[in-house]
Amino acid sequence: MVTYETDGQDAYKVRLSIKTALGANAYEWNESEQFLFRATLAFAMRKYTGQETFNVSSVIVCDETPRVSFWFVVTNPNNTATLIPKNAVEEAVRLSRNRINSAFLLSDKTLQFLGIPPTLAPPSQPSLPVWLIVFGVVMGIVTTGILALIIIGFIQRKKKEKTIEDEDEEEKQERIMENGISCETLEGKDGVNNGAYSHDEDRLTQL
Amino acid sequence: MMAEENTGVSVPELGKTVEERPKWDNKVQYLLTCIGFAVGLGNVWRFPYLCQTYGGGAFLIPYFIALIFEGIPLLHMELAIGQRLRQGSIGVWNSISPFLGGVGIGSLIVSFLVALFYNTILAWVLWYFFHSFQDPLPWRDCPLNQNKTGYIEECAKSTPVNYFWYRETLNVTPNITDSGDVQWWVVICLASAWGIVYICFIRGIETIGKAVYITATFPYLVLTIFLIRALTLPGATEGLVYLFTPKVQVLKDPKVWLDAATQIFFSLSLAFGGLIAFSSYNPQKNDCERDAVIVGMINSATSIYASIPIFAILGFKATSNYNDCLDGNILSITNAFNIGDQNVTRENYDSWLKHLNTTHSQEIEDLHLKHCSIQEFLDQSASGTGLAFVVFTEAVIKMPGSQVWAVLFFVMLFSLGLSSMFGNLEGILTPLLDLHVVPKWLPKEAFTGLICLISFFFALIFTMGSGNYWLEIFNSYVGSLPLLIIAFFEIIGVVYIYGIGRFSDDIEWMTGRRPNLYWQVTWRVISPGMLLIVFLAYITVQVQQPATYEAWNPNYVCILL
Repeated sequence: MVTYETDGQDAYKVRLSIKTALGANAYEWNESEQFLFRATLAFAMRKYTGQETFNVSSVIVCDETPRVSFWFVVTNPNNTATLIPKNAVEEAVRLSRNRINSAFLLSDKTLQFLGIPPTLAPPSQPSLPVWLIVFGVVMGIVTTGILALIIIGFIQRKKKEKTIEDEDEEEKQERIMENGISCETLEGKDGVNNGAYSHDEDRLTQL
Repeated sequence: MMAEENTGVSVPELGKTVEERPKWDNKVQYLLTCIGFAVGLGNVWRFPYLCQTYGGGAFLIPYFIALIFEGIPLLHMELAIGQRLRQGSIGVWNSISPFLGGVGIGSLIVSFLVALFYNTILAWVLWYFFHSFQDPLPWRDCPLNQNKTGYIEECAKSTPVNYFWYRETLNVTPNITDSGDVQWWVVICLASAWGIVYICFIRGIETIGKAVYITATFPYLVLTIFLIRALTLPGATEGLVYLFTPKVQVLKDPKVWLDAATQIFFSLSLAFGGLIAFSSYNPQKNDCERDAVIVGMINSATSIYASIPIFAILGFKATSNYNDCLDGNILSITNAFNIGDQNVTRENYDSWLKHLNTTHSQEIEDLHLKHCSIQEFLDQSASGTGLAFVVFTEAVIKMPGSQVWAVLFFVMLFSLGLSSMFGNLEGILTPLLDLHVVPKWLPKEAFTGLICLISFFFALIFTMGSGNYWLEIFNSYVGSLPLLIIAFFEIIGVVYIYGIGRFSDDIEWMTGRRPNLYWQVTWRVISPGMLLIVFLAYITVQVQQPATYEAWNPNYVCILL
């Protein structure tokens, strides 16, 4: 019978938060669940070392609490008096962490091995960052808009100059002059309101 | 009215050009543009903060007093003088007196400097907007460190939201003397911001007038959507109660009155020359008195309306943080005492703690449990970029459907800022056009493009590692004291140099009514008096403290004494 102390050199503390993870579907933690844990850990050791000598009896658990938490050690199957060193156990657990979690329907946060850091999954990186795509779309619209506005303005200006030139050529002789200002230039323009002659309703701009 | 008639028309045959001043298509465009200029980022991220800091509902008293005795009179004066003299800021002040020409030049320079940093803020808004289309939002989680065993240290020591803002967006240096490199991603966002501004500004008010139909109205739509959503969030009522609970004793502090007066003044965007430019394109027979009252009232109403969803959401965030804090403590206790999972809940936490304190007080003390107080989390509100890019983004990640809310929020901020930018740029363009510094052969599109391009190059200073510090300095010193001085000389110039009698005659001619006693008293005495007091108080407060800025230094070691 191997005796060891909790907090001993090669022991690990495990903490499960079943109710947090599963809520209403939480299962009771009992002997059978404990058995599953020991079997899973034996599996992890087998996978890591490649030796198929590890058994459920190699994993010893003690100090269970209602939390649910407990300490465990792994004994060497060839020499049950000795323990597997700490870092070997750590590597084994890290290797099969996903399998261990899945066996209990838990995650890295709800099935904690104190002292073994979880390997965090890197966030997926698309080949082109999404923000550059949105930026490209916006810049495309902006550039098209600017070009469109410039071209439209250019065309409008050319059209206006052309119509004025045409009109003036045809009607140069018939232009009516009044006070030195051609009447045509005043057509369609508001000019400046002369306060003395404005009507009441012109006082306020119509919406 | 067809759009073509708004541009200048030249008639070569006469040997001289008859250029008609551009004008608004209709009154709605003009009002929306003025409202859009006045309603800006400050209404959303400065007013709610002031309201909350200065005793909630009680702050509205000095705020409205300042609006009635300082804001609206100055607003009316600027709109009237621009409409009467039909010129931009430089032309107007030169017409009144050649000695006042400096006021116009001052307005022009302030408009330019403010345009530089204001559009940089919009560039940052665009950056966040571009990043709001990802799932999960990039400011939700810390990035992983090299060997993927944990998070990057700088991020773990603060929060993911802070890390995303200070490191991934700004890549900020520890202090302003350390300039750092130009951050290429901020540069391209700045380029897009100036591009969007250019599209709307390309032909002056002809294009601005169309753009404001959207940019001035869209923020109200988004605020309403946020209001409805925010009021259904848990903890919203805490935030609103916190905001509006009047603490009347705060009114005894003179700083409150000073801040109310300054807030009204800057909120209405006075002294930039933009309002004068906008009203100069009006027909002279226009009721500027009614316009001024409308714009002033809508601006203040918008501030109050915006603070409701903002504070509801901040209340939600504070409640979330409080619950997280409690949960952290619960976990510590559960783990330390090996109590069954979920036996300690938020409801019975206090009784558990009391019980454990009597039996195991030493262990409880060793746990160093955090003191969770919802009041403390509510006090963590911020203003300015801190509110938008740190506090609000944190709230958004806790809301279901985060991407939608993030996109809506940043488009709203961009819209608010864009319509204010129009005013800044018109404050630059109109005086330059009136001074005839623009050669005739240069089309307007090229000139506005040149303004945007030059501003973009100057604004590159804000894209460096220390750019945020430069921006804070510009924000504090350019957009404050100079405006007070300019506004003071504006009102003195109009009332005492141009002559209040002549000014009243002009207004009677333009609107059909002579300005009544309220206007006479405020223009002659109250408004200049208030401006002078605010100016002196401002200087007194500034000289008493050394000039400081907040820096982000990841290597700062906090020594606990």
